[in-house]
Amino acid sequence: MNLAIRDIRHNLSRFSLTALGIGMLLMLVMGMGGIYQGLIEDATLMVDRIGANLWVVQYATRGPFAEISRIPRNLEDRLRAVPGVKSARAFVTYVVQREYRKKPLRMQVQGLSWPEDKGEWLPLVSGRALGAAHLEMVADKILGPRLGDKVPLGKDVYTVVGITSGMNSTGGDGMAFFTLLDSLAIQFDIPGEAIRLERNARRSRVARIDFGKTQPSLLERAELPSASLPAIASPPVSAVLVQLQAGTDPASVIRTLSGWTDISVFTRQQQEELLLKGVVDRARRQLGLFRALLIIISAIIMALILYTLTLEKVHDIAMLKLIGARNSVILGLILQQALMLGLLGYVFAFYVGKWVFPMFPRRVVVTHDDLLSLAVIVLGISVLSAVLGIWKAMRVEPNEVVS
Amino acid sequence: MTQPSRAIEAEGLTRVYGSGHVEVVAMRDVSFSLSEGEVVALLGPSGAGKSTLLTIIGLINTLTSGKITIGNDLVMDGPEAKVNLRSYRRRFIGYVLQKANLIPFLTGLENVQLALEINDVSGRPARLRAMELLEYLGVGNRANNLPHMLSGGEQQRVAVARALANKPRLVLADEPTAALDSARGRQVMELFRTLAHEQGTTVLVATHDHRALDVFDRILEMEDGTLRSNHKNGPKEIDP
Repeated sequence: MNLAIRDIRHNLSRFSLTALGIGMLLMLVMGMGGIYQGLIEDATLMVDRIGANLWVVQYATRGPFAEISRIPRNLEDRLRAVPGVKSARAFVTYVVQREYRKKPLRMQVQGLSWPEDKGEWLPLVSGRALGAAHLEMVADKILGPRLGDKVPLGKDVYTVVGITSGMNSTGGDGMAFFTLLDSLAIQFDIPGEAIRLERNARRSRVARIDFGKTQPSLLERAELPSASLPAIASPPVSAVLVQLQAGTDPASVIRTLSGWTDISVFTRQQQEELLLKGVVDRARRQLGLFRALLIIISAIIMALILYTLTLEKVHDIAMLKLIGARNSVILGLILQQALMLGLLGYVFAFYVGKWVFPMFPRRVVVTHDDLLSLAVIVLGISVLSAVLGIWKAMRVEPNEVVS
Repeated sequence: MTQPSRAIEAEGLTRVYGSGHVEVVAMRDVSFSLSEGEVVALLGPSGAGKSTLLTIIGLINTLTSGKITIGNDLVMDGPEAKVNLRSYRRRFIGYVLQKANLIPFLTGLENVQLALEINDVSGRPARLRAMELLEYLGVGNRANNLPHMLSGGEQQRVAVARALANKPRLVLADEPTAALDSARGRQVMELFRTLAHEQGTTVLVATHDHRALDVFDRILEMEDGTLRSNHKNGPKEIDP
């Protein structure tokens, strides 16, 4: 006869509510683990997905994700000439916060080097990759706009042609993918008045120097758009992504590039380390600590619940001892209840979490390894928390039932 | 005519709590013996030591000095247990207390069955034996009810069934009728007598209830922790 099951059946609603409470706590533990894992995945997502062998960034920076990096776009051409390089393409990344349908639209803009990179590697859930050089965007579903929506950014309106899932930045913002030129246009969008003022300022500066005074045509040229002036550099990009030819040793290319004093080079693995050790490290450690605290709190609460359940049964335990029940019968009653409480709580945490986690503003990634380790932890805290109840039960004297 | 064999022998039972200035003598030099199939009343005012005697005979309290022999087994010699007390209780002693003390989450049948399972009788034999006892005690029709659905008398009869489940040598009852009306109280006492005489079980009942004393074969009277009298029911006669 299983006393634990019969006791639970007798107090089903109370036991279920207790399991529900434990389940909520375990769901938090599971969620913390998921957010922690999500943070790591978000941090390395772009680096993993984009699949470049080398990341070339501004000299002495750790860009483009860990810090700002600005390099000239023509670096692409220089890199293509390096032996072992199969392709090189510019890449732009930055965060913007605009307004869309009267709600803030905060997104990580990713500029892809059209037409080499149309974003065909993106995890699309609907629509397609970029199909035109301008005015198209692929947005992550977390951002809000739906397929076919028109999103005004800068002076242009972009059509959402594709929707991705799970493409978030380390800050938890959804990503939006544009062609490189469109991303630069959004980044360096300057109002007409500012352009006019800049052109006037440029003309005044030229007019003050001798060369401007003697060359009237120079004054006229100073007022032309920046793109028409060879003396003014085109907007910089964040990085250049290098794909190596098959069989090329990345170290040999890095050795070659180490002689270039205007850039820094990182392998994919180094880029991931930069993100994990730099960008998300504190958040990761904080979440880890919070998770550990939640596990301890769950264990304490479970122990107190089981202790209280045991206290309520002191009289019955005394009676069991009086009629000669072995310790294993009493120990089994408490331990089985602890395990059932842990199991029910875990199942509850799993299913409710599965339903609730997608609603979280940040990505929650619950991996099989995490589930397994949590199951082991739940087993551990169930057994540990039963110890207090068992200790109490073992101290109950059979003559307590007589008095 | 064959002499009934000795079920229990108590020699010089003494129980002292505390020590030095705070020493309390709960029981002093109590000796008696009970025969198989005997129904014995243990009388005495509150604080006389009845419960102490019952818990000591029932092997749930320790002795300061004295000896207890059950059947041919010396089970306690002073504070030292000579047998595994819990195992001994499980196999040879049944308890009926003032309150039925049934396990609240088990049905009447399961409460009796549990006592059998604890003694390694399980499955169908346990169920049949439990049902047989409940029917014998007139509560077979309430076998599947939880304790809170039973009246006080019914609960007490289930408790008696549980005490008898493992065919004990000795049944100890502490104020078993205190929570019952006089008719049901008498019913329980008569039940003890029938069981003792039919099954050869020795029954020792601590009671305040003088209305049903006629059912007992012998009466032990305690006062201030000592055995004041030990006589067969009827004309007083001191047992040597």
